[in-house]
Amino acid sequence: MLLTGLVPLVAVGFMVAWFLGSGSALFRLGQAPVEKLAFERVLFGPQEIVLLVRNEGPGLMAVGQVLVNDAIWDFSIAPGRELGRLDAARISIPYDWIEGEPYALDVVSGTGIRHRRVVDVATATPQATPAAFALFGLLGLYVGVIPVFLGLLWLPFLRSMPRGWMDFWISLTVGLLLFLGLDTFREAFGTLGRVPEFMGGFMLVALGAIAAFLALTAADRGMRRARGGGGPATGLGLATLIAIGIGLHNLGEGLAIGAAYTLGEVALGSFLIVGFTLHNTTEGLAILSPLVEGRVALGRLALLGAIGGAPTILGTWTGAFTYSDPLSLVFLGIGGGAILQVVRVLVRARAGGGESMVEALARPRNLVGLLAGFLLMYATSLLVAA
Amino acid sequence: MKALLRSVVAVLATAAVVWGLATLARPARTALARTAAEDEAARAARDHAIRALTAFDTGKATRLPDGTMLREYWVEAIEKEVEVAPGVRFPAWTFNGGIPGPSIRCTEGDSVRVHFTNRGRRPHSMHFHGIHRADMDGVFEQISPGDRYVYEFRAAPFGLHLYHCHTMPVKMHIARGLYGVFLIDPKTPRPPANEMVMMMNGFDTDLNGEENEFYTVNGYANVFFRDHPIPIRVGELQRIYLVNITEIDLLNSMHTHATFFHVYPTGTTLTPTLYTDTISMGQGERAILEFTYPHPGRYLFHAHQNEFAELGWLGQFDVKP
Repeated sequence: MLLTGLVPLVAVGFMVAWFLGSGSALFRLGQAPVEKLAFERVLFGPQEIVLLVRNEGPGLMAVGQVLVNDAIWDFSIAPGRELGRLDAARISIPYDWIEGEPYALDVVSGTGIRHRRVVDVATATPQATPAAFALFGLLGLYVGVIPVFLGLLWLPFLRSMPRGWMDFWISLTVGLLLFLGLDTFREAFGTLGRVPEFMGGFMLVALGAIAAFLALTAADRGMRRARGGGGPATGLGLATLIAIGIGLHNLGEGLAIGAAYTLGEVALGSFLIVGFTLHNTTEGLAILSPLVEGRVALGRLALLGAIGGAPTILGTWTGAFTYSDPLSLVFLGIGGGAILQVVRVLVRARAGGGESMVEALARPRNLVGLLAGFLLMYATSLLVAA
Repeated sequence: MKALLRSVVAVLATAAVVWGLATLARPARTALARTAAEDEAARAARDHAIRALTAFDTGKATRLPDGTMLREYWVEAIEKEVEVAPGVRFPAWTFNGGIPGPSIRCTEGDSVRVHFTNRGRRPHSMHFHGIHRADMDGVFEQISPGDRYVYEFRAAPFGLHLYHCHTMPVKMHIARGLYGVFLIDPKTPRPPANEMVMMMNGFDTDLNGEENEFYTVNGYANVFFRDHPIPIRVGELQRIYLVNITEIDLLNSMHTHATFFHVYPTGTTLTPTLYTDTISMGQGERAILEFTYPHPGRYLFHAHQNEFAELGWLGQFDVKP
């Protein structure tokens, strides 16, 4: 019975084999002359520029010449000059490049087509040395972990406020998270342009987002079941969900920071780091809002901070040393999807009997809180406009 | 449990089939055959550029009853792919299969007869720079594929000229490679010298009309720098027939290292007008350069637009004692 499931697949296999063989004469399909070469990474090493390229065109292509700033340059290529469909090659160009200057890198194919990648600012590609690990770890610590912990210090203040403010804090958190979720998707769409078309970059974002959304939904339900009650998550459970969502967002953010540095798009100025510190302090605030009522152990609080902040370090390391655009799209999708799920849980908890989630948000007090949270994120994000 | 097992097997089977299809969908590699063909293309292009440096076509010469020398030449327009830089092919249109076409040489007053056959897939023509009748100008008489035409005129004036296709769009027909040197010697020959033809050109290999990807002399990037430094002798008179046929860019130029040359613009005088080491020319301009090297060694020559030099217009003289 199981084998019947294979019948269509085998039939399709035969059809493909036939088309690639004698069947191709049926349509007289010439090989399309369209060539596409993707620059997956450009690495700047000592006295050397390295291009990692992939043929994403429909047919074979050959690498003919390499031009650096419109001059023919010596190069070596491995494994070979000829690239089949989706084959990759490593082109090494001995070149005395200058830190901070722009470079136009052309690969001229065997048919004379020029494929160009412009690097706006050449920066030495970080090598995975202990010192570089320490540097990027420290970077993640400053932009991701410390700010979240600083934000957690608001707990006594929140508790000193009248109880009626609870609604406001929650809706403020919704605003903060909504901004973070949308910001993650914005980051993903910015990266889309660099990803080879055949990778279907948009679908990678969607894949990450859907998977994260459903996984957190399952986690939420699991936590509720374990508690024995069927009601919406509250207190520590809700704070944990928020921390996970923020952590996944920070993984993507760390990736983006590490990669931007590697790609020469930002300088690691102290201004940028200060900006991220202020921006991410608000994330700590978001984790706190469900904890205003009831007791919470200090260790638990620290754990929540770690869940929310530590992934940033993982992100900066990955972004700096093994950056891959397609992979970062999946991560950004996961971050965005996770946060949107947390927003959903938060809002559903606010919604009264028969009220839709949007209606709940539109209640005046919630609306004010949401907008305040969004604007707070927006204002601090201006500090990182690098 | 059974259902789980089944779905796992189904997923694995699907993955196997997809992997199989993906493998099939990769085009077969014919690496060895291609490499051999490419080596052959590279060798042909290098050989052509080196041969064009010194080869002249003086035609089939016969003395007419009135004493005039009749020179007959056979030229074909051939559309074929040529290599213009190592590993880079160009869908060229050529005279007699190479870029530049043959250097047609005669003496002032000769009767010139050029038998032209268009073996291409679109109309072409031959437009000679010189003095001749309207119907010998190669502009209004477009030669269809497979047709022939005979260009006939008295060679005048003496000097360094050129010929090229004049079919519209002309810039396209020239950019594709349809040009060559047309040299008319004065009746009293110039003094003996080591003579060289250098046709400066560019190749817009991606055919987008925006800029030339490569610049060459005689059709192959860096051929006189890497493949064939030009051997010459100390003290020997050198004569370069230098023609600029570069499309797209307004100017091209030549600079010789460590020596100066006398310039005969268009080669229409026997007295030089300039003594320099760098000369710039617009499209279609040409000049005869004469110089000697007093010291042995290797000396560069190149376009003094250094961008052109670094995109293939670079060569060296190997001056032997």
